[in-house]
Amino acid sequence: MDAMLSSFESMVKSASDWVAFALDAPSSRAVVFGVPIRGHLLVEGLLLVVILFLLSQKSYKPPKRPLTKKEIDELCDEWVPEPLIPAITEEMKYEPPVLESAAGTHTIINGKEVVNFTSANYLGLVGDEKLQDSCTKALEKYGVGSCGPRGFYGTIDVHLDCEARIAKFLGTSDSILYSYGLSTMFSTIPAFCKKGDVVVVDEGVHWGIQNGLHLSRSTIIYFKHNDMKSLQSILENATHDNKRAKKLRRYIVVESVYQNSGQIAPLDEIIRLKEKYRFRVILDESNSIGVLGSTGRGLTEHCKVPIEKVDIVTAAMGHALATEGGFCTGSARVIDHQRLSSSGYVFSASLPPYLASVAITAVNVLEENPNLITKLKENIVTLHKGLSDVEGLEIASDPQSPIVFLRLKKSLGSFKAELQVLEDIANHVLKEYSIFIATSKRSTADKCKLPAGIRFYVSAAHTESDLAKACESLKKATAFVLAGQ
Amino acid sequence: MITIPYLTALTTYFSYGLLFAFGQLRDFFRRIFDWWSQSNLQDCFNRPISSPPDAWFDVVERISNDNNKTLKRTTRVNRCLNLGSYNYLGFAAADEYCTPRVIECLKKFSASTCSTRIDGGTTTLHAELEECVANFVGKPAAIVFGMGYVTNSAILPVLMGKGSLIISDSLNHNSIVNGARGSGATIRVFQHNTPSHLDKVLREQIADGQPRTHRPWKKIMVVVEGIYSMEGELCKLPEIISVCKKYKAYVYLDEAHSIGAVGKTGRGVCELLGVDTADVDIMMGTFTKSFGSCGGYITGSKELIQYLKYTCPAHLYATSISPPAAQQIISSIKVVLGEDGSSRGAQKLARIRENSNFFRSELQKMGFEVLGDNDSPVMPIMLYNPAKIPAFSRECLKRSVAVVTVAFPATPLLLARARICISAAHSREDLVKALEVLSTVGDMVGIKYFPAEPKKQQLEGDRVKLE
Ligand SMILES: Cc1ncc(COP(=O)(O)O)c(C=O)c1O
Repeated sequence: MDAMLSSFESMVKSASDWVAFALDAPSSRAVVFGVPIRGHLLVEGLLLVVILFLLSQKSYKPPKRPLTKKEIDELCDEWVPEPLIPAITEEMKYEPPVLESAAGTHTIINGKEVVNFTSANYLGLVGDEKLQDSCTKALEKYGVGSCGPRGFYGTIDVHLDCEARIAKFLGTSDSILYSYGLSTMFSTIPAFCKKGDVVVVDEGVHWGIQNGLHLSRSTIIYFKHNDMKSLQSILENATHDNKRAKKLRRYIVVESVYQNSGQIAPLDEIIRLKEKYRFRVILDESNSIGVLGSTGRGLTEHCKVPIEKVDIVTAAMGHALATEGGFCTGSARVIDHQRLSSSGYVFSASLPPYLASVAITAVNVLEENPNLITKLKENIVTLHKGLSDVEGLEIASDPQSPIVFLRLKKSLGSFKAELQVLEDIANHVLKEYSIFIATSKRSTADKCKLPAGIRFYVSAAHTESDLAKACESLKKATAFVLAGQ
Repeated sequence: MITIPYLTALTTYFSYGLLFAFGQLRDFFRRIFDWWSQSNLQDCFNRPISSPPDAWFDVVERISNDNNKTLKRTTRVNRCLNLGSYNYLGFAAADEYCTPRVIECLKKFSASTCSTRIDGGTTTLHAELEECVANFVGKPAAIVFGMGYVTNSAILPVLMGKGSLIISDSLNHNSIVNGARGSGATIRVFQHNTPSHLDKVLREQIADGQPRTHRPWKKIMVVVEGIYSMEGELCKLPEIISVCKKYKAYVYLDEAHSIGAVGKTGRGVCELLGVDTADVDIMMGTFTKSFGSCGGYITGSKELIQYLKYTCPAHLYATSISPPAAQQIISSIKVVLGEDGSSRGAQKLARIRENSNFFRSELQKMGFEVLGDNDSPVMPIMLYNPAKIPAFSRECLKRSVAVVTVAFPATPLLLARARICISAAHSREDLVKALEVLSTVGDMVGIKYFPAEPKKQQLEGDRVKLE
């Protein structure tokens, strides 16, 4: 308040100086009741009144005796901070299995070959010869890192080629590369959603999106996981009783295949609702590019929605494309805006050029080999079928999802307890049957409330016997672990 | 029913009006500036290159048919001296020791694991990398991520939360700002690199406690950087640590630009300023600069790292760092430590220091206003007037010297600057050529704000004394 008053005072002063200057011109002298009134006197008089008024105003601060130095010293001495981290418990000591070879569909753990279902290597491109070739060439030509953000000589020609290649593949006008999958969403969202905007979002979205929404300081409304009725009623509420809402920017944020459940978002329905209520859609295609649709162009192709109808599409490239980083694609305006104001793009070193080069090759391979998608789809069907009758577990994911997500049939009441059981099953399958699967561990920073589960990432490179063995082993292991409960 | 005196109402309205007007005015200026920079500065940023960002690199020429609104790449390149990349130790280009190992590693582990660290993305290489980094930094344990930005913005939310306080240097990097915001903790800022102000803020905050409830803070963390990348300044770490110790605040040090670049054996500002690493609770750094790779790390106590591995979102949800990049870090650290069996690492470290100090003192002698401390490889040259940005940048490029210019909003409106990053890969001839060009262009553009005086160096000399 004080600061405001003083700035007000200084404003008045400078304004009056200016007026005084204008009034000081000879023509402005006037004589009132025989007293010559010069312009500046008038202004000074006015100023005096204003200042007196301001001084007479009570300060809004309650009268407060400041603490003495001694008191502050005591307070500082007495203050005891909490420890930086809580005490380490047994569960925090978890160590993941360590791979001794590339994370392909077959890998080596503890000297033993295992079948790997933890890599989102959907097209089996990890270790692909063409990718390895282009990667080696790029490493020889460009070195490893880019040593600078895109703005400051960190833009390498392969970045521009990769952006153009992705845009061409997906049929958009432009795209933008991020140097890490996780940062894609949490930079893109705050670049568009601002304070006061309304964002309607699925309650099952992954942490990257949650963090982006938090940073955007928008008004966030969650709808029930993948429930279109819930979405519709929220859109209805958000637009109807609130006339102001019509003027705000409004967004719907969804994932195409949810990392946390394997559900697939019904995009056609979402687009219908978005058009009805005039929202924009931000779609995370991380687990659907190279998977869904007849040619792997993602959820838009899968649902036969033209990609222009989705305003912003993002994806991590650490899945089907077997590289790292992420991209966002859409109209040229959407992309250009991010180049100036997306924090993860502007303030971070660019993607290592060899990874961009791998991404280009991966898209080429995908386009030239449609049979990879066919094989992947067959594998998904096989595994889904094989895992549908595991005693004690149920499939939560969509039959077409490349993530087969199994959770306990009988709820144990807490995420932690369920995770522990699932963890035991996963450990058992790895140890006894050499099948490597992962549970859905959750960070304390993550607000997602969906139940825990076991994830199988299906790959086109899994053989029939891999899949059969996985189903067989999981059944045995689950029976074993649940019997011991 | 509250009744407001007429005058009070009027002045209140007036105050709001003023605030509103100022806000609008600021947005207005910003828009004007954006528009101006769009049409005038476009070609000074995002210049594509078509080679590794080594001491010399190929800058791709661009043309515009619409007055600089859009730029098109051509096939022509301009071989330029690189004064812009963060290639402090010269590991950006192919290296006789690192590159063969990186390619070997690619053959063994491929370009990506397509999995998170906690699931199936931890290979023997990742375990080796963490051990190597912890050992290099001088802390018991380490955790690595695939991006420096994410390291900051995913760690702070795990360690701090509601009821805790983050005290951040006013010029901290955007990743720290976003991490602090994402944590939900209260954020206070202290004047850039001013321990006395930090002391004041800490005292006030501990005495006041949390806003409204005045409960004591749960914990307080002070976040600083080792070298400030826009200022070239070294952190006053010893003083800041003693303040933090006095008030029991935790210290978080971001060594993005200092690790590998300064210190006798490249171990960063702690080594340079004689600080015991045990006094810094959390040491963060990135591999994008000195090590010519990508990614970031956190080092700290064994328990801290164990806790982060249990719950940090970037460890749980992000693809693990790409194996060739991990190998590049391991190999370059081995070179720096001399474990490759040569003295190249020591030479690189000596070189970057000599180069930096030579270049800085020459620039100062010429009369440029150079910010930053001795030994720091980052040296901003003040331009002030934004109109000088395109002039300076283009004239340098014409003479085959590529520099980075920085303007609003990355710096305050009045403090536009050019930023030079020196590398161990620069030879003495390179630097001499660069100085010639900078001097010519400096005269043309009129940015030698000080008279050229050879003695000035001595005055500067006793201000900064670091060994
Ligand atoms: C102080 C600081 N921290 C973090 C980062 C981000 O690192 P990266 O580029 O690896 O994302 C930077 C990069 O510019 C930085 O200057």
